[in-house]
Amino acid sequence: METITSDIAIIGAGGAGLRAAIAIAQADPGLRIALISKVYPMRSHTCAAEGGAAGVIKSDDSLEQHFNDTVGGGDWLCDQDAVDILVQEAPKELLQLEHWGCPWSRETDGSVAVRPFGGMKKQRTWFAADKTGFHILHTLFQTSLQFPSITRYDEFYATELLVDDGCCQGLTAIEMRSGQIRQFRARAVIVAGGGAGRMFPFTTNGAIKTGDGMALAYRAGVPLKDMEFVQYHPTGLPSTGTLLTEACRGEGGVLLNKQGRRFLQDYGMGPETPLGKPVLKTMELGPRDRLSQAFWHEQKKGNMVATEWGDAMLLDMRHLGEKKINERLPLVRDMSISYMGVDPVRDPVPVRPVVHYMMGGIHTDIRAATPLAGLYAAGECACVSINGANRLGSNSLTELLVFGRRAALSAMEYLASGSARGNAQAIDARAESARGQVRALFQRSGGGESIAGLRKAMMHTLEQHAGIYRSGEGLTEACATLATLRRRYANIELHDKTNVYNTDLLQALELGSMLDCAEAVAVSALERRESRGAHQRLDCPERDDARFLKHSLAHYQGEAAPRISYGEVVITKSQPGVRDYSGGHA
Amino acid sequence: MAEQVTRKPYLRELPRTLWFLRHPRYVRYMAREFSCFFIGAYTLMLVLGLKRLAEGPEAYAGFLEALASPGAIVFHLFALAFSAYHSITWFRLTPKAMPVQLGENFLPDGVIAGAHYAGWALVSLVVLWLAGAF
Amino acid sequence: MSERRVELDVLRYNPETDRTPHFQRYSVTCREEWVVLDALNHVKETVDPTLAYRWSCHMAVCGSCGMMINGEPKLACKSFLRDYPGVIRVEPLAHFPVERDLVTVIDDFIAKLTRVKPYLIPKEAKPIEAGEYRQTPAQLKRYKQFTLCINCMLCYAACPEYGMIPKFMGPAAISLAHRWNQDSRDGGRAERQEEIAATEGVWECSFTGACSEVCPEHVDPAAALQRVKIKSTIDWYLAHTMPWLNK
Repeated sequence: METITSDIAIIGAGGAGLRAAIAIAQADPGLRIALISKVYPMRSHTCAAEGGAAGVIKSDDSLEQHFNDTVGGGDWLCDQDAVDILVQEAPKELLQLEHWGCPWSRETDGSVAVRPFGGMKKQRTWFAADKTGFHILHTLFQTSLQFPSITRYDEFYATELLVDDGCCQGLTAIEMRSGQIRQFRARAVIVAGGGAGRMFPFTTNGAIKTGDGMALAYRAGVPLKDMEFVQYHPTGLPSTGTLLTEACRGEGGVLLNKQGRRFLQDYGMGPETPLGKPVLKTMELGPRDRLSQAFWHEQKKGNMVATEWGDAMLLDMRHLGEKKINERLPLVRDMSISYMGVDPVRDPVPVRPVVHYMMGGIHTDIRAATPLAGLYAAGECACVSINGANRLGSNSLTELLVFGRRAALSAMEYLASGSARGNAQAIDARAESARGQVRALFQRSGGGESIAGLRKAMMHTLEQHAGIYRSGEGLTEACATLATLRRRYANIELHDKTNVYNTDLLQALELGSMLDCAEAVAVSALERRESRGAHQRLDCPERDDARFLKHSLAHYQGEAAPRISYGEVVITKSQPGVRDYSGGHA
Repeated sequence: MAEQVTRKPYLRELPRTLWFLRHPRYVRYMAREFSCFFIGAYTLMLVLGLKRLAEGPEAYAGFLEALASPGAIVFHLFALAFSAYHSITWFRLTPKAMPVQLGENFLPDGVIAGAHYAGWALVSLVVLWLAGAF
Repeated sequence: MSERRVELDVLRYNPETDRTPHFQRYSVTCREEWVVLDALNHVKETVDPTLAYRWSCHMAVCGSCGMMINGEPKLACKSFLRDYPGVIRVEPLAHFPVERDLVTVIDDFIAKLTRVKPYLIPKEAKPIEAGEYRQTPAQLKRYKQFTLCINCMLCYAACPEYGMIPKFMGPAAISLAHRWNQDSRDGGRAERQEEIAATEGVWECSFTGACSEVCPEHVDPAAALQRVKIKSTIDWYLAHTMPWLNK
């Protein structure tokens, strides 16, 4: 087996992975970086982020306010030391991107412009029209091309972390174009593999978001933290799930039910604000969890508009006018016309909540270090946690920059401390066994389980039982179903047994990742007998700080269901309080 | 899963000669490029006319007579059509090559192409004026 | 909701079993509002799991799913079935080697992109602490459209020059170089000229304009290339008629 040796290996070349690679290359050009991704960097899902990235820059704003919005938005499940770091380092990271040429939208005087966003009390969301993630990703990717110490391995699918003697020393990956397995030897590994939204049938997430990074760490013994918190974005197109950015509302768009009423006022987010004059942190600028939950209730009352893809609410942007929509929301207009046949300049666009983001992920500390020596994680696959029970829009692009860089610096510190160990023989043996696992998939026959069939069953289970509202009964059923699906997964058979660019194999492995993550979601959700942020239990409707102001940690148990333990939430200055989006708290 | 590498990227052959028949937009492009042959031929003819003029009145009269032949008239019609096509297609492309930004916005394409048409009309008028048409 | 039987003729090539590519016909029931990508996914899920193609975002921003649809370079996620009444012919992007089925080898583009130095080479160095480089909306607009390239490579598949002269740097790489040259913060044009003003840079371009016609993001690469030509020509004349300016 070919072995590729580097100092630090990074899995995932989206925003977090690229940011980490650049940080290492800049700090020490002598370190060899292997940047491994299952897709070319510019295909990474960071490109689909639309609205913006939060960072305090205007004079009427303060780090403290960004902190408070984030912690309250996360229903006090955020680690406050992590949030402190996020808000402090955010402006510097966003400025760094500016210095790398990111085409941020500007004020007339040439300074960076900011826009309002949900759950934020001040305007602090930096944006590049409505393609912010796209521009951040391409700026990072193109910037990374100048560093000779970064060697990219594009279209390599990581299958296993190589762990020996209690520390992570590399990984194995399949080179898609040849089908061959390569061993990547590294003194430290950073996982930046993105989220797992594809576990659900209706999601804004691209096809690649299958939780591979999470599953890699999970199987290597690192717990997955707070997996029960799955964010629904309130405004996706009902036909495809395509995201219409929160900036639609930030710029003044409003949500209507079928009677034309701005129904959010009936769910604690009123009083109604004047049309075209959005008020921060109230009505349509409430947090995503509350908006999605309000939709659910309105739907139960029969107040939603029926479309051929199911019930929807209406996102009305007509009063913004054509000029503003073209300038600030060109992608939104283009997609509404293309995929729904509705021009937001002329008609309200039907939208419904859609799975968007995993608050949970690989358990890390504020240095982006996991409990496994030599393993670091950043971006959506990680849970630091700055998002708590509900992420505020525009914090995730900031998070991947701040913690992507921190993962890099921590990994370098680890290398410098000399604590990285290496046992070539043992690692070789592990790599061989990882190759054996993949080869076994090729040799298996007669199992008869189809990848598409299992995937559909998994998606259906999560949608039915782990959606916006959940119940103990439903989750118990989901856990049982997912356990069965994981057992059945052991009997899948590949239809394609060739080497070159075998996407049947790729989908089989991705399904394995998703099933592991899905079970962690369901079991964590079942165990959390309270309602907090994006996790709402019909049978336990109240937040229960006494028992559950804690991070859940799902530990991999092989074929058995994960074991759940709990970790303390770091609270420094903000005691749990009431989340108030009524506009009366100014 | 075989051990040996079995990659064998396939290169599709492209027609080297009549490649432009693959797509109408390539045909339009070739027509635009081809139109310059007529412009070149017309220029050569003008040079020939100058040469005849220098050779004396008789030679020049012979040249003018040749111009009146049916073949020459057909050639003129073709040359006119192709040079018009040439100019129009290139004028349509001028906004791409030379955009004008005034303040935040760019001048609309029509204004830039229109300015070229205006210039064309002006030069034509001057030539007609020099030729004593007015 | 209306459904329709859709016939797809897909070019298949597996280097391990095929000497040359061949077309395979699939017939699947699709919903009228689907895009070609949805149809391919449906084929892969229900008929033939061995079919290989790239895709991810389904919103025309990741640039993965470029392919030839009825002979035209298209993003499969933005090609609506309603626009293709008959049999739909799907092939890998033209001008690139075929790795497998609809998957092409794009190393050439990545290498060219790297060569044009598509990153900010600051006009003046400035520490982060000193804040942002000022850039007015007008200065932003000067280059903004060229930042919108998603690297889908439809332009390379449309460009006849690239088809015949593979050394040509091509539309996307040169447009991105131009994007940085036009950025008010950048001072790296001279460094990029080496690649883009060379024979295999802009001068292979004969302004077919096909790149701009197929670009799904309206980047208008042809415009960028012509502007690079004009600027390079001005450079040349200045250098030869006013050599003292070079000092």
